[in-house]
Amino acid sequence: MLGQTVDPKDAAERLANAVAPVDAVEPIGDELADVIVALVQEVSQHPDADRLTVCRVDTGNGIVDVVCGAPNVTAGKKYPYASVGSVLPGDFKIKKLKIRGVESNGMLCSESEVDLGSEGGGLMELSVDSSPGTSLPEALKLRDTRLAIDVNPDRPDVLCHKGIARELGASLGINPRLCQIPGAPDDTKQPVRTGSTGEIAGVTVTIEDTEGCPRYMAAAVRGVEIGPSPVWLKSRMHSIGSRSINNVVDATNYILFELNQPLHAFDLDTLGGAVVIRNAQDGETLTTLDGELRELNAGMTMICDASKPIAVGGVMGDVGSEVTNSTTNILLECAYFEPKGIRATRTALKLTTDASYRFERGTDLQGMPDALRRAVSLIIAVAGGEEAEAPIDLYPNPIGHANVFLRPARVEHLLGVEIPIQEIEDYLTSVGFAVAPKDDRLAVQVPGWRPDVTREVDLIEEVARLRGYNSFPTEMRPFRPGTVPNDGIEILKARVRTALTANGLHEVRSVSFSRTPGPDAQPILNPLSADEAFLRTDLMTGLARSVEYNWSVRERNVRLFEIGTVFRRVGKDVRPAEQFHVAGVVTGARKATHWSNSSADNDYDLWDLKFLLEETVAVCGVGNIGENESGWAVTGEDGGRLGWAMEVVCDRPEWVARVFGFEVELTLGESTVRKFRTLPNTPPVERDLALVIPDGVDVAETETVMQEAAGPFLESVVIFDEYRTEGIGGRSVAWHLIFRAPGKTLRDRDADHAVKRIVETLEKKLDVRLRQA
Amino acid sequence: MPTTAAREQLDGIRSTSDSIPEADSDRISEIRRDLLGRKSGRLTRLLRSLRDLEPGERKEIGAAANLLKNQVESALEAREQILSQQTASDDEVDLTMPSRKGWRGALHPVTTVVDEICEIFREIGFTRIVGPEAETEEYNFTKLNIPLDHPAADMQDSFYLAPGVVLRTHTSPMQAHTLEQYEPPIRIVVPGTVYRRDPFDPSHSPVFEQIEGLAVDEGISFVDFKAAIDFFVARFFAKGTSVRFRPSFFPFTEPSAEVDVGCPMCSGSGCSTCKQTGFMEIMGAGMVHPAVFERCGVDAEKYTGYAFGMGPHRIAMIRHGIPDIRMLFQNDMRMLSQFVD
Repeated sequence: MLGQTVDPKDAAERLANAVAPVDAVEPIGDELADVIVALVQEVSQHPDADRLTVCRVDTGNGIVDVVCGAPNVTAGKKYPYASVGSVLPGDFKIKKLKIRGVESNGMLCSESEVDLGSEGGGLMELSVDSSPGTSLPEALKLRDTRLAIDVNPDRPDVLCHKGIARELGASLGINPRLCQIPGAPDDTKQPVRTGSTGEIAGVTVTIEDTEGCPRYMAAAVRGVEIGPSPVWLKSRMHSIGSRSINNVVDATNYILFELNQPLHAFDLDTLGGAVVIRNAQDGETLTTLDGELRELNAGMTMICDASKPIAVGGVMGDVGSEVTNSTTNILLECAYFEPKGIRATRTALKLTTDASYRFERGTDLQGMPDALRRAVSLIIAVAGGEEAEAPIDLYPNPIGHANVFLRPARVEHLLGVEIPIQEIEDYLTSVGFAVAPKDDRLAVQVPGWRPDVTREVDLIEEVARLRGYNSFPTEMRPFRPGTVPNDGIEILKARVRTALTANGLHEVRSVSFSRTPGPDAQPILNPLSADEAFLRTDLMTGLARSVEYNWSVRERNVRLFEIGTVFRRVGKDVRPAEQFHVAGVVTGARKATHWSNSSADNDYDLWDLKFLLEETVAVCGVGNIGENESGWAVTGEDGGRLGWAMEVVCDRPEWVARVFGFEVELTLGESTVRKFRTLPNTPPVERDLALVIPDGVDVAETETVMQEAAGPFLESVVIFDEYRTEGIGGRSVAWHLIFRAPGKTLRDRDADHAVKRIVETLEKKLDVRLRQA
Repeated sequence: MPTTAAREQLDGIRSTSDSIPEADSDRISEIRRDLLGRKSGRLTRLLRSLRDLEPGERKEIGAAANLLKNQVESALEAREQILSQQTASDDEVDLTMPSRKGWRGALHPVTTVVDEICEIFREIGFTRIVGPEAETEEYNFTKLNIPLDHPAADMQDSFYLAPGVVLRTHTSPMQAHTLEQYEPPIRIVVPGTVYRRDPFDPSHSPVFEQIEGLAVDEGISFVDFKAAIDFFVARFFAKGTSVRFRPSFFPFTEPSAEVDVGCPMCSGSGCSTCKQTGFMEIMGAGMVHPAVFERCGVDAEKYTGYAFGMGPHRIAMIRHGIPDIRMLFQNDMRMLSQFVD
């Protein structure tokens, strides 16, 4: 259409930069590189089989004998030939065979065997001048390059070759023209515009559903002969990866890919004199061309003949009104179906076709007459027949071209670069917009094939893409700081991550789904599987699974944490409550193996867990840790539960260690600024104290009493030993106490007095006694 | 024992103790025995004999003796330590023995990518915020100019929690929330988890991370947009990485762009990772569509802006050569520990 050959790589580059990316640049014809043109010189009956013949074949490279089963093989004709060892499409390898005692060297091929048509019953006759031995792709001029373009959903205009030619033409400065159709009539009849009803070739056409189908054109061609397409059309079909069906179907497909106008050919004589475009009724059925019985519903647009449905409008036709080999008169439909209706219909039917794909994205309402006339001349060219009368054009409420105003100043405002008005006009006209200056604006008429352009900004995008995004500078210009502050929760998450990685835990990210129902669990209406039917309410379930996974790959030492969202259903709210949590889990060695360490007592225990919990709570700055039956609980100011830590129950193989886990809500606390405490300048006095603590008394209350009894100078208490043994009336715990007085040197005596008070008070209040040596 | 004798003994002990810093290890044991021996050590005997002294003397001599005992003990200890270190280094320690390692945790590779991206945009004034994962259709679709009958709003693509409520399919709803809550200038990045109804396969996950960016002010243009993205690419990717902007389509941006960078695997010469194109898509972006401003109550004539979205999972896979997205969800210690830095 461009009147010249373009380099495929260059074309791909131009398209990617201005229109849509090219996914693949593939040579066409390579798959038939092994197939050559061969001349059958002589045909004789197979000595041992009635239906087989033995052919003497001139391959251009010698004469060979080939056994053939095709009824149409004729001496003196040329056919595609694949020699022994060559490969046909579909990875079909030709071997040397003995068929009923006669050796067959290679194979003469049918259309379907070389992927050029559907006819498989007989050989494909080649009416070409090429001498035997010429490769089939050369002889049929199949060699070309196919570009697979990933078209954006807003650009239906480039779903066809004319659209692509238009875009490439704009880039290359060429005005594309449609190719000549060999054998087409000089002219076709001008369609006649009517309202919502009209008559053609004895068929009354009526649009009842003008909303779903605002424009419907029909042409009649009488006297067609359904048969195979000419080679040029077959090879065009082959080049887009589509298979030739018959001349009329190929012709309609050709127009679909050339002009983005889906067409449908009905057998005129089966229609009973009427075509009605109406809303389907719930429960109506028809059998589509793919053989499926489809149930329709109200809202779908249906095409009916005098007595029954014949097509789901814009999606697929019914088997009954299909063009068959005996059809001689056809009614050719060229319609516009409303995108939203098509989308609803194909979604309900779960049926996407080349036609529905295009109608759903929007076809060219204005270009229909040209498309229909080109289709008529193509059909006449490839299938014969004649146009009995002028096509009818049912268009009850004609819609003109859309007009959009463009302010050149706004172009500069949005794109950041001044673009001269003339340049803007040139860009727009190069892809079919009509531009007229009006006051200080441009009045832009939008071509029918660009339904995506509805407002000024769409035209600015046209200017930007046609100028080339990469042509704009990348200069950093001054900017103002924003009004949105950083979210503190992100800062908190980062601090928690630092604390936990510093303690050796690896961060993980699990999916947010869960299989566990529960009163709080938020169900997903359309989950991918039952394992993912709910949103998680905690992180530990996932972490415990990850521990088990790591065991399954023989990893004994597992240290993981996760920060993520958990979800909780709240009352009748349609949206679940969301909360960031942090959870951690440790099992196995608390230190890496080292040759100097003893391996005993090296596994994580409850006290490591308690530290991790304390660290996490300290970083969050919210919550108090208390004990409960299973471990520890973190509670907030209001007494609400913020988290927990305990030994986690897992399905443990024998060789692994105990598992400890914690989970805490991430809540932003008040940010407090720490005040500096003056460093002490007086010496400490230290004392060790070994106490026997009776059952039922814990160290926390012991220490509280210690602090109270000690007076003002007890600076710190640290437990450095615990042991349990029979017969001492409890367990023995040893503390290291540090006394210090600010501003004066504390005497031994003062410390001894304090220790004495502590011991007396403990004995009185808790029955905690000094351990006897 | 008379006081003078005791004082003399003290002096004698003191002079012996003064020689400790020069003593060798044999001499050290000798001194220890001589002064502190349990029965006949000179200091031991002196302390034992204190009770024979007058009370006044006892106190004075006792204090001095006790102090001396402390000094002797610490001097001996200090010397022994020095000697033992000398011995050790003389014994040819095998320094190729492995060090004593501590466990160190790694950040998830996706977290590292998210943090780096946010940090880079912070340099050009973007603050970091987050938003909810359950969204109404209004915020996930309608306010972003995605009609509910657009393919992106297909039931197949989104998880529904209730009619009209979805797990957000992108972080873009935060554009709408922010435009409604704050006056421009707005410069934000929004990392967060998003959901698409795609089953797991090597390159798809129903749950993944996204980072949204939004800049809105008077006079922000396509040039500002390109400059910001260019700045990001120059900071994030290897030196000299090329950037390419291509037309694309998103309902909430116009003009819309896809941003490609030169393939980090083959530096643009074409390989299997970039499907021979030499480029990798890293983000979808564009100028904020005026319809989004209108739906969020912002004057679309006065304000302009740009927005972008990136997928940290994909970027982490490209960056580290991770072949399968599922590995980023498997929580395998052997993999995670590779990312300790």
